[in-house]
Amino acid sequence: MTGNFIISLYVFVLAGFVGYLLITKVPPLLHTPLMSATNAISGISLVGSLVAAGGKFGTVSTILGFIAVICATTNVVGGFIITDRMLGMFKRTEKPADVPGGKPHA
Amino acid sequence: MRELFMQGCYLAASVLFILGLRGLTKPAEARRGMQMAAVGMLLAVVGTLWHQDILSYQWIIAGLIIGSIIGYPLGKFVPMTAMPQRIAFSHMFGALAATLVGVAEFWHSHHEGIPIGAAKMAALGFEVLFGSLTVTGSFMAFGKLQEFITGRPVTFRGQNFVNLLLFASAIGCFGYLLYDSTNMPVFFTMIGIAFVIGITMVLPIGGADMPVVVSLLNSYAGLAASATGFAIGNNVLIICGALDGASGFILSIIMSKAMNRSFGNVLFGAFGSAGAAVAAKSSAGLTVRSISAEDAAVQLGYASKVIVVPGYGMAVAQSQHAVRELADLIERKGGEVKYAIHPVAGRMPGHMNVLLAEANVPYDRMYDMDEINAEFATADVALVIGANDVVNPAAKTDPSSPIFGMPILNVSDARHIIVLKRGMSTGFAGIENELFYDEKTSMLFGDAKASLTKLVGEVKTLE
Repeated sequence: MTGNFIISLYVFVLAGFVGYLLITKVPPLLHTPLMSATNAISGISLVGSLVAAGGKFGTVSTILGFIAVICATTNVVGGFIITDRMLGMFKRTEKPADVPGGKPHA
Repeated sequence: MRELFMQGCYLAASVLFILGLRGLTKPAEARRGMQMAAVGMLLAVVGTLWHQDILSYQWIIAGLIIGSIIGYPLGKFVPMTAMPQRIAFSHMFGALAATLVGVAEFWHSHHEGIPIGAAKMAALGFEVLFGSLTVTGSFMAFGKLQEFITGRPVTFRGQNFVNLLLFASAIGCFGYLLYDSTNMPVFFTMIGIAFVIGITMVLPIGGADMPVVVSLLNSYAGLAASATGFAIGNNVLIICGALDGASGFILSIIMSKAMNRSFGNVLFGAFGSAGAAVAAKSSAGLTVRSISAEDAAVQLGYASKVIVVPGYGMAVAQSQHAVRELADLIERKGGEVKYAIHPVAGRMPGHMNVLLAEANVPYDRMYDMDEINAEFATADVALVIGANDVVNPAAKTDPSSPIFGMPILNVSDARHIIVLKRGMSTGFAGIENELFYDEKTSMLFGDAKASLTKLVGEVKTLE
């Protein structure tokens, strides 16, 4: 148990560090998609919920697990769809020709 | 063999999640990155179905189907203006899932008589604590953003004391459970207190501080997932939770900095309630120049450089499409249009960017505060749409102002300033804005969308 706990702690700290390095590089432009993306990813609780809902741990566990599966799936499905929808809206200036007389910039 | 397959899926999923987040560092690669993350999620689910403890699938399948049916419209049809409350709402779901898994685990161990070690109890404790306070906290944030709960800070005497007491008793319960993990009433009391903490924590926080709160709840939801991973010994949960936790935490720090306020001040300061006295003093003897749509259109139509400063008012009036239409006209007449976006404009990080992107504004025209502040000096017109505190010069000039020290957009450097505003009410912070009395400033009063539509019509007639 203690050994596992220490390994878990390693994983947590290193993943947090990776997260820190990545997230600080996300431009403010994409902060809203970042939030909805991490929200979708936090639907990973689904993994725990599935085991609770499908295991033979008694009726209470099954019911709680079942509700948890619904909640987590809602987040995963809704979260990834809305993030994709949002990111699909972010476009560059199409062509300099689209703004005649304007000053297209790099 | 099963175990190996499952762990392989988890490892691949973790790598895909990290690659997915890396995609978000570049707008051009973001979409593909998130598709990779979605594949990662699918892998994690498929891998889990091979878990040795799973014996029956009917509840799982039913849950997955119901969740997808609820999730699909939440993803597909929620309008971009409702993004902040949509995100708060789904934090609630995520945290609820983590909490329920924790309760199920505790309940099951309790009934089977399986002893819970201190390490596991610690993990379960964190899981349900973070989980349950995020559930009610997110609900409150959702309510404030959806405006069925007042957006003004709700305060009462001894509030911080009550909160402190609640925190102390939750920690007390937690400590006791580490000592005696078989005590079910204490476990549920702790959950109950955490639910109350979630409510009392968000109640005194005002609408304009929501970017910090929503980010912080994001972080808590992540930490709850991570604690779940510790409790059931699952690495992919720990990794995802840590990524989310880091993300939410970093965002809330960025937001606090952008308001020049400490975390503690945002959470316990009940900002925006003490503004009335400040507002009264400065408006006397100053005059405001209002401008007709016709005259404003002339200024905009013949400008060679216009910087648009959007604020929450643009979101409320849903006027982003009208902004884009106006910008198109100005560009067609030879002007250049850029968008200056303050980090805390709107109700969540990056709120304005998403709204403008929805209206087809190319993202290379949107600039962060640091990128664009020097450019206001070369702008003919700064067009402020429903923004107030983020352009208030008092943040620089008036040490007695509650927002003194907050970085602002240097709108007053522009040659002319046109402010679109409903009326002379103060901004969220309840502070009078000197910018509106500046001799370079003209006010165009009215609903932002109606004003913009009028401007579009007038600019068209300039041909």
